[in-house]
Amino acid sequence: MASSADRGIQATDSQEAAILFSSVWLGFEEGPILRGLSFSVQRGETLILLGETGTGKTLALKLAAGLLSPDSGEVRALGQGLSSKSEDELLEFRRQVGFVFQEGALFDSLTVGENVAYRLHEDGVPADQIEPRVQEVLRFVELEHTIDQLPSELSGGMRRRVSIARALITHPPIVLYDSPTAGLDPITSQTIITLILRLRDVYGVTSLLATHRLQDGFGLANFRFDPKTRSVLRDSPAEKSSESATRFLVLRDGKIYFEGSPEELLQSQDPYLRRFLI
Amino acid sequence: MPNTSLNAVEQQANPPQPPSVVEILTDAAKESVLKVQEYSLMAAQSITNLFTPPRYGQDTLTQMDDIGVGSMPIVLLSGFFIGAVMVLQTGSQFQRFGQVSLTGDIVSLALVRELGPTITGLLVAGRCASGIASELGSMLVTEQVDAMRALGTDPSRKLVSPRVVATLIMLPLLTTFSCFIGLVGGMVASVFSLRLSATTFWQRAIAILQFSDLMQGFTKSVVFAFILSTVGCYQGLNVRGGTQGVGRATTQAVVVSSVLIIVADTFLTKLALFLADKL
Repeated sequence: MASSADRGIQATDSQEAAILFSSVWLGFEEGPILRGLSFSVQRGETLILLGETGTGKTLALKLAAGLLSPDSGEVRALGQGLSSKSEDELLEFRRQVGFVFQEGALFDSLTVGENVAYRLHEDGVPADQIEPRVQEVLRFVELEHTIDQLPSELSGGMRRRVSIARALITHPPIVLYDSPTAGLDPITSQTIITLILRLRDVYGVTSLLATHRLQDGFGLANFRFDPKTRSVLRDSPAEKSSESATRFLVLRDGKIYFEGSPEELLQSQDPYLRRFLI
Repeated sequence: MPNTSLNAVEQQANPPQPPSVVEILTDAAKESVLKVQEYSLMAAQSITNLFTPPRYGQDTLTQMDDIGVGSMPIVLLSGFFIGAVMVLQTGSQFQRFGQVSLTGDIVSLALVRELGPTITGLLVAGRCASGIASELGSMLVTEQVDAMRALGTDPSRKLVSPRVVATLIMLPLLTTFSCFIGLVGGMVASVFSLRLSATTFWQRAIAILQFSDLMQGFTKSVVFAFILSTVGCYQGLNVRGGTQGVGRATTQAVVVSSVLIIVADTFLTKLALFLADKL
């Protein structure tokens, strides 16, 4: 199956790309999981990592956040090579990246407000400045009323939304989403996707979203959030801007199986890809 | 790869060789050495973290409350009855020689040098090493530790160092309380069982103690605190296999820290006796 990985990463990518993977290999005791992964995500772009369970989507996200180091190859984000950084340097780097974990990964002994304010407390932001910023992001995810609740008192969808609020409290230029709609009902999933749309179209963040649900990707590709009318509108191909482009990257057995636009994916007659479209 | 007859022939010709006994033993030895190395690095880092910011004072205070104040009831209760039972056991022997007044000496020395730090260490290991391992293990399997790293926080500084420092401060204090309440228990048993006066008991118990005895007890409690807290943290942060793994780590934390405390006690006692002779 032809993919743009075969075409190679353009030289300009290394200067402009928000995230760049070059021939990344990563494996564990059971063998290699990622086998020479190469792709880039441009600033403001949304890349949907699509694949079955166990194809290495989460590993790719953790590599992009510097939570894992590749066995070989290079990972660059925001113009910085992550492979050569020490853990202390990576801690500094991660402050510029938001990470939404699959199950939310909220600190269960802290309230919603304390979870969202976590990074601000770490940065030593004065208490009187923390409260309004927490209120602002919780209002963004429409969970202002849960500020004093514990994560265990929230539903699965609400926990994901709090996780998104926690990730965006410092307005990071890159947000990584690990299966944000996994295990949620269609209506709640739609709420989460709308939130990601708003985050992209209001703050212009670069997004890397791992999922096994094709509808999540098409939701992001075909709709946009209009900040003026505060409504979600269907995007016509003519109106799509290059900055907020959405691309698909299908992983299979740790390699890129397909890379292209939503239209290319829809038109593909490849039997494996058709399985996602059914 | 399709399972053709050709492949089947190849597989038959070269069946996978089972590992030899030497290979299995070598792998096990390498794994053990790796674990000791990882543990040593984590333990050393928990202390070196204290010399550079950020430091988590509030988390340390919270852990001091949990480990110190939380362990107080079991430590005091156990200490009282250990002191009492020591008097009952030794008193009957001293009665045979008409030296009942020596009971205060022996209870005091045994508690301060040996039983106070060791029993307190084992009790706190049972309560806190398991608690630390299960708390950190649960955080690990629910990706909270990864979330912490993703938010730019070093888990070693945020989770390990506060627990180690809190235990290092609280265990010697708990040991002190344990020794005191043990002597109170010994006194009560002496008065009611041996008809020894409380004044004689206390005078003998205090007079027999030397500075080296106090230092021996204190040193042991500090070493035991370091062992139980670092073992608890290591087991918790190295959980494999979900919630079942958390259970295993909890058990391992108690077993390993208890055994290490008893082994370390032997060497520390020998060292203390050697130094007491030299100094």
